[in-house]
Amino acid sequence: MRRRIQQMRKRLLLGGVIATALGASMLGAQSTSTEDALADYRAMFGDDNPAALWIARGEDLWKEARGSRKVSLADTCDLGLGDGVIKGAYAHLPRYFADTAKVQDLESRLLTCMVKGQGMDEAPIVKNRFGDGDRKSDLEALSAYIIDASRGVAMDLPMTHAQERLAYESGKAIFFYRTGTHDFSCATCHSQSGKRIRLQELPNLSVAGADARDTYTVWPAYRVSQGEVRTMEWRIGDCFRQQRVPELVFGSQAAIDLTMFLAKNAEGGKMAAPGLKR
Amino acid sequence: MRIWITTLLLSAMLPLVAVAADKARKDDRNAQAFAVMQASFVAKGQAGMDRLVQDKTQAACSLYAPGMPPDALAATLLEDNRNRVKYPADGNYLGDWKRGQAVAEEGRGKQSSDDPAEPSGGNCYACHQLDPQQIAYGTIGPSLYRYGKLRGNSEPVLKLAWGMLNDMKGYILCSAMPRFGGKDILTEQQLKDVMALLFDPDSPVNQ
Ligand code: HEC
Ligand code: HEC
Repeated sequence: MRRRIQQMRKRLLLGGVIATALGASMLGAQSTSTEDALADYRAMFGDDNPAALWIARGEDLWKEARGSRKVSLADTCDLGLGDGVIKGAYAHLPRYFADTAKVQDLESRLLTCMVKGQGMDEAPIVKNRFGDGDRKSDLEALSAYIIDASRGVAMDLPMTHAQERLAYESGKAIFFYRTGTHDFSCATCHSQSGKRIRLQELPNLSVAGADARDTYTVWPAYRVSQGEVRTMEWRIGDCFRQQRVPELVFGSQAAIDLTMFLAKNAEGGKMAAPGLKR
Repeated sequence: MRIWITTLLLSAMLPLVAVAADKARKDDRNAQAFAVMQASFVAKGQAGMDRLVQDKTQAACSLYAPGMPPDALAATLLEDNRNRVKYPADGNYLGDWKRGQAVAEEGRGKQSSDDPAEPSGGNCYACHQLDPQQIAYGTIGPSLYRYGKLRGNSEPVLKLAWGMLNDMKGYILCSAMPRFGGKDILTEQQLKDVMALLFDPDSPVNQ
């Protein structure tokens, strides 16, 4: 394992050139398409995804006794299937948790486990929620590890609790809510199949179906252009930025409700994350 | 007899009641989204919390989405938006296509991460093909290649295009296209430059 990770580190450095090209493609000044460059990258890494580095770090973080209570998440964190159970957990999130009396997605639930369960300080965790080079995010590493444990498990949200159904309806309302200087809603860019912005393909996320399944099940993903593993909350937050609205608060209700809408629309899709994205 | 009339009245009213209930539920939908979003965002850079408040067009287009607002409401909103279009004071629609090309390429503008001191771009290539040399174009909108060549430069043609660039919601109410004039995204000069990109016979769009 250690050797594989070292090899991967080396290839990551080589992959930097493609990563730069992929970053630039957003500005539209390139000759190859995003899909071509991503195909090159996949060919170079074969079955390996640099996200393996995040998964390995996430496993350590999950098992280590931390915080003022000196307990591990593996012993104390309930993601819905019981303390420490991660296999399949992500395929049933977001869900209602009785102890917080709230519907939570993975990111907000992890925050609860770290702050309430382990007694860690919330501020630095939230401040470092999105990693950047040497400043690594614990939440991204933990998410990668936990989601990897649901590989092959089908998304299944029974939505038996009234609050879960409410979260879905609210997420749907937000998805179609047009506002801001550009009149955009999520639906402006994500309610048809086969469309693109510049060269980026836009999945139809407005209804249950193949697009919604194929998209949701590969997130979190290793984002080649940023050299980081990004979670669904990051993806939604960055799309809100493009929508010209203010900044989405991490772990906020809008983030959870939208995730619920996207997750339910992906019902039946088999988890295949962490994926690999531009 | 009385029962008969009551039944008749009731059954005549049923569709109305159903529509009203549907409307109430849908009204709740915008209000619900707004309430949750108010509590879930913080102002950042130039993107203040006021950006979460919808205007009438945005509200109507959200309420009925993915469907369309009813005809009567749509007609009123279309007219309102069209009436607000400002035409150039000097009567001249066309600027410099080269500068227009730069406006069409520029994707930044109005995002919380953008510098408000910099002019906003139009990001036309995000959704449209224009200059065929630029292959990184999106497909949310139709291709605008040969736009002027196909339509000519007559006053009504220019006036209509100016109107649509200013406020597409005066022409197609729930269009995906932003209101570049109506929402102060582009200046009058930038709009003239983009018009030239569409209509100037020398513009690469018309080759
Ligand atoms: C102005 C256009 C625009 C808006 C509005 C927008 N998106 Fe996106 N979205 C994009 C683009 C472009 C991409 C692809 C980005 C990339 O590859 O870097 C994307 C990607 C995504 C993805 C990942 C797709 C994949 O293939 O993995 C998800 C999920 C998503 N958006 C959800 C949303 C949600 C939820 C909203 C509303 C909060 C939203 N988007 C609003 C343009 C938009
Ligand atoms: C977010 C997407 C989007 C952006 C950005 C955008 N447009 Fe559009 N545009 C559309 C769509 C969609 C239509 C088709 C009308 C409709 O169905 O709503 C359209 C239609 C048009 C038309 C009318 C086409 C006709 O049939 O006569 C013109 C002209 C036009 N756009 C020019 C521009 C210019 C110039 C810019 C940049 C300053 C721009 N658009 C930016 C989405 C967009």
